[in-house]
Amino acid sequence: MYKIAVMGDRDSIYGFASLGLIPFSLTDPSAASRKLRELAESGYGIIYITEALAAQLEEEIDRYQEAGLPAIILIPGVTGNTGRGMRAVKKSVEQAVGSDIIFNGG
Amino acid sequence: MSAKHVNPTRMELTRLKKKLTTARRGHKLLKDKRDELMRQFLEMVRENKALREKVEAGIRSANQNFVLARAGMSEEALNVALMAPKQEVYLEAETKNVMSVEIPVFHCSTRTSDPSDIYPYGYAFTSSDLDDAVKSLSDLLPQMLKLAECEKSCQLMAAEIERTRRRVNALEHVVIPQTEQNIRYITMKLDENERSSQTRLMKVKDKMLQEAHQYTTYGDVKLAEAEI
Repeated sequence: MYKIAVMGDRDSIYGFASLGLIPFSLTDPSAASRKLRELAESGYGIIYITEALAAQLEEEIDRYQEAGLPAIILIPGVTGNTGRGMRAVKKSVEQAVGSDIIFNGG
Repeated sequence: MSAKHVNPTRMELTRLKKKLTTARRGHKLLKDKRDELMRQFLEMVRENKALREKVEAGIRSANQNFVLARAGMSEEALNVALMAPKQEVYLEAETKNVMSVEIPVFHCSTRTSDPSDIYPYGYAFTSSDLDDAVKSLSDLLPQMLKLAECEKSCQLMAAEIERTRRRVNALEHVVIPQTEQNIRYITMKLDENERSSQTRLMKVKDKMLQEAHQYTTYGDVKLAEAEI
């Protein structure tokens, strides 16, 4: 049985609490990276993380990229969509195909 | 050029020939695996892209609703309203094997069976915008789970495709040509050895014949001398 966590700044994530996801409101990158590691090892299957916070945790997130669970998924925060999540998808296309054929360079 | 020294022996030749057949078969299989993985990956990644667009748009509109709700309510009232979540989500994760990649499959169950039973507050002190906001997020949840599943699968498959491609290329451009070269080297060396032993034997035979011939002539001379 896995749990689902949401990480990010408070304004972006408090809504998810009402759905039963477990929110962790964090903005400090070093605290967030510790928390992320802790969550990854304590039975969380999916960790949603805001793009703004993910930008500061790139290395930590990349470590879980090729491992099994948890799945770390970027979501846009309240400050708007930075396109970072889409870029992650694009990156995996480039990794697999060698060049970007889905987004056509866009 | 063979990269390292190989023993030009028949045993080595048999071993290399076996290695070449295995390498060829492995190359073919890995190539098939790569192609099939690529096909499934492209399907998956298209779905991933569509889902991500949908989820991002959904979160944006949900966030707008939340901002509206916050504007219409006091901070404390909002905190109180969302303080004790009613709903809980339990996630079951299975793995599915796609071309040797273990991709996750999520099943999600909620604590209360009624999907509309999501509001963790009485309606008296909250604005209706908050209801909309919570509703819009809750409608989005299945898609978010799907996105998580899809995106994780894409990441795992991309890594596996990269690995497989490396293997295919290594077999195609390094292992197979090198083994072929070594085999050619050994066959040539063996042929050369055979030719050289053939000529040696011919030479020896010639010598022996010559010797035998000379012996008879020598014998004849002796005989002639004795007769004298």
